[in-house]
Amino acid sequence: MSLFRSIVFASVLVGLIVGVAVSAAQFLGTSQLILKAEVYEKAGEAAEQQAAASSEDHSVMAAHDLRAEAWEPADGLERRAYTVVANVLTAIGYALVLTGIIAIRGKPVTWREGLIWGLAGFACVMLAPMLGLPPELPGAPSAPLADRQIWWMGTAFATAVSIGLAVLVRKPWAVVAAVVLAAIPHLIGAPAAPDGAHALAPEALERQFIENAVMTSLVFWLLLGSLSGTLLRRFET
Amino acid sequence: MSASHSISTAKSGIDTSIAKLLQSALAVCFGLMIVGLVGFSHIDVLHNAAHDTRHANAFPCH
Repeated sequence: MSLFRSIVFASVLVGLIVGVAVSAAQFLGTSQLILKAEVYEKAGEAAEQQAAASSEDHSVMAAHDLRAEAWEPADGLERRAYTVVANVLTAIGYALVLTGIIAIRGKPVTWREGLIWGLAGFACVMLAPMLGLPPELPGAPSAPLADRQIWWMGTAFATAVSIGLAVLVRKPWAVVAAVVLAAIPHLIGAPAAPDGAHALAPEALERQFIENAVMTSLVFWLLLGSLSGTLLRRFET
Repeated sequence: MSASHSISTAKSGIDTSIAKLLQSALAVCFGLMIVGLVGFSHIDVLHNAAHDTRHANAFPCH
């Protein structure tokens, strides 16, 4: 079987397992907290709309109506089903990246080594970005979306290259370059929320959400890493 | 083994490793595209469908 097909088969299988497992964890944790936060978010929006109506600022109202028009899954089973699909797709995507990099390196990976690969993934897309942009509940104040996305992607990429340099190259210059590269996004700093804005959900809920999101992500990456290593080896032989 | 034979074996070895590199890199690109679509798309419908996944994965949202 061609290497590409092996990677795709392994990744799809890994994505299905990890996506479903993580969805179960999210339904017990993060999803419940998001629903709670949305109660505060909707109350905040209603108050904002009322204020806008009383001051006859129709442009704010129009912007709201426009946003409300886009389709969204109905709460309950439909919303959960879409979350499962999105989780499975995310897991397949990340599995393709991780397995692809393992294949580029060319050395077979056991499930134990896969755990380390998984931890590296966790560091790149959760730990490093959350130093500047922690997981947020709906209704949290924030900088423009595109700015945050660019910082997030830049940080994840810089961290990935940094880990690659430090672990795979193993030369003194590579370690120095790795430290510098990992630090650069944090020296630049994540785009900050506008001054004076405050989150609609209580702080305790936000903290609980961060804890839940980080732990779920850790499980996601440990599973993804160990399964990707093992399954690629299976499909390759 | 003749010299020409060993050269052609070495060449086909390089071809295979380049092919493997390209295939692996292609898989990485596909993976990034999928994550980009689910986690970073600005299309409202995609955002709403993947909303809870985006928040839980700390993808920038809203």
